[in-house]
Order: sequence, then structure tokens, then C-alpha cells
Amino acid sequence: MANKKKSIIPTIILTVICILWLYPILLILLNSLKVESAITTSGVFSFPTAETWNGISNFIASVTQMDFLKSFWYSLVISVMSVVLILICCSMSAWYIVRVNGKLSKAFYYLCVFSMVVPFQMVMFTLAKTADTLKLNNPYNICIIYLGFGAGLAVFMFTGFVKGIPMEIEEAALIDGCSPFKVYTQVLIPILKPTIISTAILELMWVWNDYLLPTLVLDIKKYRTIPMAVQYFRGSFGHVQMGPMMASIMIDIIPIIIVYLVCQKYIIEGVVAGAVKG
Amino acid sequence: MVGKTIKKWWPLFVLPTFAAFVIGFLWPFLWGIYLSFCKFTTVQDVTFVGFSNYSKILIDKTFSHSFWLTVAFAFVSSILINVCAFAIALALTKGYKGTNAFRTVFFMPNLIGGIVLGYIWQTLLNGLLSMWGQPLLALSARNGFIGMLILLMWQQIGYMMIIYVAGLNNVSPDLIEAAKIDGATSRQILFKIKIPMIMPSVTICTFLTLTNGFKMFDQNLSLTGGDPGKQSQLLALNIYDTFYARSGPQWKGIGQAKAVVFFILVVAIALVQLKATSSKEVQQ
Repeated sequence: MANKKKSIIPTIILTVICILWLYPILLILLNSLKVESAITTSGVFSFPTAETWNGISNFIASVTQMDFLKSFWYSLVISVMSVVLILICCSMSAWYIVRVNGKLSKAFYYLCVFSMVVPFQMVMFTLAKTADTLKLNNPYNICIIYLGFGAGLAVFMFTGFVKGIPMEIEEAALIDGCSPFKVYTQVLIPILKPTIISTAILELMWVWNDYLLPTLVLDIKKYRTIPMAVQYFRGSFGHVQMGPMMASIMIDIIPIIIVYLVCQKYIIEGVVAGAVKG
Repeated sequence: MVGKTIKKWWPLFVLPTFAAFVIGFLWPFLWGIYLSFCKFTTVQDVTFVGFSNYSKILIDKTFSHSFWLTVAFAFVSSILINVCAFAIALALTKGYKGTNAFRTVFFMPNLIGGIVLGYIWQTLLNGLLSMWGQPLLALSARNGFIGMLILLMWQQIGYMMIIYVAGLNNVSPDLIEAAKIDGATSRQILFKIKIPMIMPSVTICTFLTLTNGFKMFDQNLSLTGGDPGKQSQLLALNIYDTFYARSGPQWKGIGQAKAVVFFILVVAIALVQLKATSSKEVQQ
């Protein structure tokens, strides 16, 4: 910009704020490398020294005690299956809602918008019971519940986008003899691609970090997603082992940060797109 | 024409989503409203009791406490988050060096789940409090409240900042240029041009922060767990606690009734807020 000199001071101020912003995570990282006795309430700020250095043994303890790989697998299965299902089903429904535009499809659209505002506590008890009755209480079927509860946001975002697509392209494809399903896969999906990415990111952020829904629906003794495992770890033992606890937090954060740094552009664009549609 | 052709394809296009929507939302929602008028411990022994659950809420002191605590929390957090996010967004749209890196850092906490966030801040805040000789989070409702505020700010400022940055980047430079030529000060440009022009972003950000503040659960559970003695319990946690942590046949019905009240509160606030801020939006 025109005044280069002036911009040094704000850059320094912003850098300081950024370091403060990252500090909580750095603090956990430092403590996850210390021995148990060095992680006391008042001793959390001390750097690990030669005596208090514990290497990665906290991480090993936490991975084995928490059964981390299993939790990671469940979290991955649930998130990926749910998000894929949401994207396919909701983009189809949104297309139908916009193009058919009858009373029923409008009613369904408004119900979806309404469901976004309703707090989860309103349905948690009855939803868990419904899931038990319909045998949706395992990590492979729970995606149907996520489709139902996540449909609101996805249908809302997709309809907002489909409204802006001119109908002529689809008409031309239909006249040329494409079946509606083929029009959806060959014409609509390529046009929808940016919205699909944005919606995928918003839904993924929600499902991956969701704690209460899987806790109530799944059997905690058999299946634990990562947030459930962290909470279980903290709550189940009489005396909490702080070292492995810190390590388990780091294990939860590290994959998220890696994915974030790789897909940063899409994540931020996804958030903006979600907000503009909202 | 497209509509007519695909209309009969509803079993493929709409039915799966609608069926899941009924299972995952609509049926539990309606059933939940019905159960709020009933006394039950399991779904097998339901007896209809009319409004008695609702009248029992009024006597429950923990509910009114968490009700007002939640209202205060949602409004205070919403204001603080929006002001900070807007200030950072302004700084990040001035073209300073390193803007992209700052944006990356500020947004990051948003991706971390609420449970883990709570434990991170519990460690940090308890360390600070014990250093200053103050009561720890679990022992002081005031510290717990401030702790939750700090946590939520750390989590959400980045998200709202991204939305504000996008809004500010959409303000036409010609408009600002014209104002400058007419002799507007930078303060006037901010209040008379930038802020009115980004009112849509303000609407969505206040909406998100308010509803997130009202619905906050995970962070509350892991940071304070409602301690001391349910004093730092927000509504969502209070309802959860009524459902699953209290024994006695009457509590589940009361919990469901509380959930209905909570739902009405959130919807009412969301509607009022959307109406209030969107009326201030300028037509472009």
C-alpha cells in the first residue's frame, strides 16, 4: 500500500495477538510432553526441563488407554458416510423443491429451515429412543440420523444455489432424451460443485466435532467417537492422569490442524458461502 | 417443463431425505412436544398430566437461574464477539503484511470441538487463576462465566471475522473514493459507509452468535460442568442434567417441558433479531 512505513506497527500488533491466540494450544503441547508430577494447576506454565521431560510416552499412554485408533475409525466412518449421504440426498431434494415448487415441496423447505433453529435438547430424548427402535444406534447406521438432522442446512444452501441456475440447460438435456436422473448427475452436479464443497465443509465440521448426538445414540461402551473418547477419558477414571489427558487433546487437534492447513482455501470459502446464503 | 418431468420422480429425489428428516427431526420433535405434557421414565409408562410439568418448572430454582444466566451469556458474548471480530476484520482489510497468515490463525480455533476446547481453557484458566490466588473455575460461578465468555470468543471471533472480511471486501472502492473526495473523515467513512453497507453481514453474524450462545452445551459441560452447584449451568446443560442426572419419576417430563420452553425462547429471539437487524440493511 501507499504508506509502507505506517503498516509495520499494525503488523507487529497483529503478530502479538496471533501469538496470544495460539498460546492455549502451545500450552497444551508443552504440558503433553511433561511428566505427570510437573502438570499441576499452578505448574502448567513452566517449560519442560531435563527432569520433567517425558518425550512421547504420554502420547503412547493416551493412544492405548483411549483406544484412539478405534475412535478415529468410528469418527471417520460416521463423518464421511453422513456427509456423503447428506450431499447426495439433499442436493437432489433441493433441485426437486426448486423446480417442482408445489405446496408440498415448499412446506418441506420451510420445515428444513425451521429445523436449523431448533435446539438439539428439544429432540434429544425422543431421537435417541427412535434411533434405538429403528436400530440406527451403531456407527454405520447413524448417518441416517445425521441426514435427518443435517438436512436443514444442506437443503437450505442447495436451494439457494439452484434458484440461480437457468432452467434452459436442464430443459435442453431433457429434450435430448436424458432421464431426470442423468440430468442430475451429468448437468446439475458439475454446476453445483462449489456449493457441494462448501456444504461438505460446514457439515463435516459439525459431524466430526459433535458430542451429544453420538453420546446419546451410540452405546458408549462399544463405540466412541473422538469427542466422546476425550470426555470419557476425563470422566471415567477416579484420578485423571493429566499427562495422557493433554496428549489426548493434542491427538484430537493435530489431524484437524493438518486438514485445515491443506484445505484452508476451501474451508474459508465454504464459511463465506454459507453465511451469504444464510 | 423441468418441474413437470421430474415431478413423478419424487421417490428418488425427495423421499430419502424426507424419510430421514422425519426420523431424525420431525417425529422426535412432535413426540417431544407431546411428552412435555406427560409423566414418564421410559417411553412405555407414559401418563398424560397436562400442564403440570410446566408449572413445576416455575418452582425449579435451577431453571430460572440458568435461564437468566443463558440470556445474559448469549447477549454479552454476541456483542463482544461481533465487536472484536469486526475490529480484526477492519484491520485485516487494510492490506497490511501477513494478512493471510493472521486470518489463518484467527480462524483455527473454530475447527476444534467444544469438548476439547473446554479442557484446553480449563488448563490455561485454572493455571492463571491459581497464580493470581483466585478461586478456580469449578469453585466460582463468576470465574466460570467469564471463562466461558473467553472460550467462546476465542472459538468464534475467527468465524465472524471471515464473514465481516467478505462483507468489507464487497464494499465498492468507488464509494469510499467518492466520500474521500467529498472530504469525509475516516471515522465518517466507517460509520456512514462501511457499517451500513455491511449490515447483511451484521445480521448473519448476530444471528449466529446469539443462537450459538443460547445453544452452547459442549463447552459448558467440559469447562465448568455447571459447577459450583449448578451455578454456571446454561440452559442446554440444565436440560441435559434434568433428563439424565436426576433420579425420580417426574424429572424426564420436566426436562422435556424445559426443552420446549428453551426451543420457544431460541426461536423467538432469532425471529426478533432477524427482523430488527435486517430492517437496517440498505438496498444496493
